[in-house]
Amino acid sequence: MSTTEESDLGTGIDFEKEQDSEEFRELRKTHRSFVFPMAAIFLLWYFAYVLLADYAHEFMSIKVWGNFNVGLLLGLLQFVSTFGITAAYVSYSNKKLDPKATAIRKRLEAQEGE
Amino acid sequence: MNVLTSSVLAAAAESTKVGNPWVNIGIFGLFVGITLIVVLKASSNNKTAADYYAGGRSFTGTQNGTAIAGDYLSAASFLGIVGAIAINGYDGFLYSIGFLVAWLVALLLVAELLRNTGKFTMADVLSFRLKQRPVRIAAAISTLAVCVFYLLAQMAGAGALVSLLLGIDDRLGQSLVIVVVGALMIVYVLIGGMKGTTWVQIIKACLLIAGAFIMTIMVLAAYGFNFSALLGAAVESAGTPDILNPGLQYGKSETSKIDFISLALALVLGTAGLPHVLMRFYTVPTAKEARRSVVWAIWLIGAFYLFTLVLGYGAGAMIGADKIKAAPGGVNSAAPLLAFELGGPLLLGLISAVAFATILAVVAGLTITAAASFAHDVYASVIAKGKSTPEKEMKVARRTVIVIGIFAIVGGIGAQGQNVAFLVALAFAVAASANLPTILYSLFWKKFTTQGAVWSMVGGLASAILLIVFSPVMSGLPTSMIPGADFSIFPLANPGIVSIPLAFFLGWLGSVLDKHTEDPIKSAEMEVRSLTGVGAEKAVDH
Repeated sequence: MSTTEESDLGTGIDFEKEQDSEEFRELRKTHRSFVFPMAAIFLLWYFAYVLLADYAHEFMSIKVWGNFNVGLLLGLLQFVSTFGITAAYVSYSNKKLDPKATAIRKRLEAQEGE
Repeated sequence: MNVLTSSVLAAAAESTKVGNPWVNIGIFGLFVGITLIVVLKASSNNKTAADYYAGGRSFTGTQNGTAIAGDYLSAASFLGIVGAIAINGYDGFLYSIGFLVAWLVALLLVAELLRNTGKFTMADVLSFRLKQRPVRIAAAISTLAVCVFYLLAQMAGAGALVSLLLGIDDRLGQSLVIVVVGALMIVYVLIGGMKGTTWVQIIKACLLIAGAFIMTIMVLAAYGFNFSALLGAAVESAGTPDILNPGLQYGKSETSKIDFISLALALVLGTAGLPHVLMRFYTVPTAKEARRSVVWAIWLIGAFYLFTLVLGYGAGAMIGADKIKAAPGGVNSAAPLLAFELGGPLLLGLISAVAFATILAVVAGLTITAAASFAHDVYASVIAKGKSTPEKEMKVARRTVIVIGIFAIVGGIGAQGQNVAFLVALAFAVAASANLPTILYSLFWKKFTTQGAVWSMVGGLASAILLIVFSPVMSGLPTSMIPGADFSIFPLANPGIVSIPLAFFLGWLGSVLDKHTEDPIKSAEMEVRSLTGVGAEKAVDH
């Protein structure tokens, strides 16, 4: 059972030609130029944090205010960066990705309907 | 996470009991009654395979995001992490960060592309442009492996939770509760399908997060909403400032430090490869809703883990580590004891019922995923060679639900008293090694081939399991599963640091050595569809 048989859509489209089109390449570039660097950044930041927690106990134990120390601060910053990257991706998708993806999808679906 | 089962099982049965078991049972009964009504109502529209496996793809992003949180926040996350922070301090907090950050992998790299190219299971995406049979079989095996490991850990935990929350200490009573939980789960999944399961998870997530929120406010209020004062009280109760610093649990030796890196790797890369999480992305109508689901899930899960930080230190400060360790359930009793301290038997009853509901919902999600994978990937595509009808496939899926349900009950009873804590860590390690490399390669690397996929999945699964077998969790230590023998030639309890890079490497090696090339037209179709959503499965219209 191949996926084309399962799906009743996508039969009348020349996907290779579409993949090579300027418009699609532009969409792919827009997508990858955001998600790849962002994924690299958060993974590096996460593992830097893990290594600090694992090996730099003294640094993590420095008090910032009251009983609140660097370890807790960096841990909470992991939450902040996760929320921040999430929000950034949503806004990037809404502004940059969705319009391009929708334009191609509408064109292809119209082409298929002919 | 894996703190849950081990410590519950290791706990002494006799010691302080708090609360009234009948209040706990009553509140849990109320939850079961309400969810059963919801499941029955939701199931009236279950006609097609898309209804049964994917809830008709008609959930909104917000609903699905809440259900994802319900699926993800297992009893282990709640009881285990609160207990770990109460006793081991900062190192318990480290767990929750890995569980949260992992969602960025799902958000940025997986969720939307998967929604656009798949239908019901993980294997739909992996086999899109590769050869159907070998890839589907390999993907189904690793899906079933992850589900079974996770399922057994949850069921064993259910038995242990009983002694803690209902005061049932004898083996027969605990077995009976496992049978009840398993039977309820079968009923939910059989009748409700994905729709019913999703509603159970939504209701449970709301209860769990609301309960944790109320307790958090109460703890903070007790310290005048001064977090530093709470930390100070926790230090005073523990008698050492080290509970605010990393290292209490993982800093013991060089091996334990490397073990922690290995665990961190599996946590952050495993989540986006958990089949029951991936399957949830098919329950929404579009890729955009899949994105909304993950965003909503990140907010809920993140908020929840912040609550557990307060609750963990709160339990440490208000109850004390010694009293927690002495209670039935050990580390896992921290949250229930704190609930009793804060709100008496009623709050304890609520929190206990939520913990049960949690096991029920997580087990239901795992079962429907395993059943869908068996019926859709193994039966329809491989055994019946694509000549099956959707009706026949759903019949097989329903039978699989019963088989898995019975297996879970029997396995759960058998696992009582066994140290099965490693199973959850193993499920994450397998998901990160067997599933995620192949998912990423098939979505982003054009030259990926069938051989690469099979090598990566089989190699990732086999290496993760073999390393666990030859690790200290199986033999060599008094706490091992087989304490009498010693064949632990691999020093780490978490295999991820070896098995994950190995699976990525095998995926690359298998592809460059493959003499066959894959169909470039399918490859082009997959890429165009994944990014644009052309031809993606639509919601079912009722």
